[in-house]
Amino acid sequence: MNRIVVVGASAAGLAAAETLRREGYEGTLTLVGDEPHAPYDRPPLSKQVLAAEWERDRLPLRRPGELAALGLDLRLGTAATGLDTARRRVRMADGGDVPYDGLILATGVRPRRLPGGGAHVLRTLEDALALRERLAPGRHLVVVGAGFLGAEAAAVARGLGVQVTLLEPAAVPLAHAVGEEIGRVLSRAHADRGVRLRCGVTVTEATGGGVRLADGGAVEADEVLVAVGSAPNTEWLAGSGLTVADGVVCDAYLEAAPGVYAAGDVARWLHPLSGTSLRIEHRTNATGQGMAAARNLLRPEARRPFAAVPYFWSDQYGMRIQAHGFLRGHDEVAVVEGALDDRRFVAAYRTGDRVGGVLAVAMPPAAVQRWRQAVAHRAPWGEHVRVTV
Amino acid sequence: MSGAEVELETDRCVASGQCVVAAGQVFDQDDDGIAVLLAERPAPEHLDDVREAVAVCPAAAIRLLER
Repeated sequence: MNRIVVVGASAAGLAAAETLRREGYEGTLTLVGDEPHAPYDRPPLSKQVLAAEWERDRLPLRRPGELAALGLDLRLGTAATGLDTARRRVRMADGGDVPYDGLILATGVRPRRLPGGGAHVLRTLEDALALRERLAPGRHLVVVGAGFLGAEAAAVARGLGVQVTLLEPAAVPLAHAVGEEIGRVLSRAHADRGVRLRCGVTVTEATGGGVRLADGGAVEADEVLVAVGSAPNTEWLAGSGLTVADGVVCDAYLEAAPGVYAAGDVARWLHPLSGTSLRIEHRTNATGQGMAAARNLLRPEARRPFAAVPYFWSDQYGMRIQAHGFLRGHDEVAVVEGALDDRRFVAAYRTGDRVGGVLAVAMPPAAVQRWRQAVAHRAPWGEHVRVTV
Repeated sequence: MSGAEVELETDRCVASGQCVVAAGQVFDQDDDGIAVLLAERPAPEHLDDVREAVAVCPAAAIRLLER
């Protein structure tokens, strides 16, 4: 293999490129990114960057020298616009054509938006800087969507003295992700800090001066942030022959077609631990899959399924939330350490008769690691969990 | 000992503990979960594990400076 192209220059694409070099690949390595920036870190955008604690110079994932050492054919600020898997070429927005022997797709996701205009989203560096410029004491921010991203942004804005209204369509924020009880506990933190949380509210439109609601009402605000989830960037793959269904559909090895792998937010793959097809938008998943896709592409004879235990964290009001494994679609939740009322606990999630996932809030590392092990080994529920909420 | 040096930016650390899983001989966590460097200059046999830790750190808080 002499020509490998990685499309997508964020965490997954960078991890893939680095792994290819670490594993001894010496051929041409093209890294394509539609943003003008060298690979940078997104999680701080809704935290330290929005809070104006960090400037943009802290975001690059690698220093210029480290990037140069990879010997990349780096195409930043240029989107891939088409893929011909028969002729093994990637079409570029600038009209060029890049041939490949091996290809890794890591084009990520983009935020969903609302009809209307004037609302912020939070995905890129420019998004974060534009929103942060508008946050000042006394101003009013409406956040549409009380998922983890919306909750983090709300927490930062409150810390800056901004009035915050958080609108959520579900009856309980995060209930679909972590269960109702835990969702209720986590959202109490907003109320404690003076965020107005309104649940069961459907927003239909951003109006420039706020949002319009499905029940005919409206919420006026100085700024609107829409945090209602993401859509995978797959349109450019139309006609490529790849299967696209809420992401690039891959097998357990992250392979989408012969010599074509996917990694990160855009990849939907068969997770051996859960037995289902998943797409995960976690920072660690991006890196892990980038590495795995690179190894499997380079050494198909030794390829391995991608079976990492999913992990994510969130920081809100100084409360560190960490989750390992599979929380969605659980059969039961039990608090196994600490107490919900203290907002310091580990909750275990049962799927079938196994510990499928855990969520820890403000817990010491030993407790978190112990339960991470239980998830990794799919520990039998009955032997590990006694206390039930 | 080796010529390679580990650099840890603790104010970036998000307490994921992934570095401890990857290279337990070189990293530990304090009571808040923040990564602690056990060996600034890891033994050569641990360098591959450290490279893994650099790659899996979700906060890009670890660097391995190889000379």
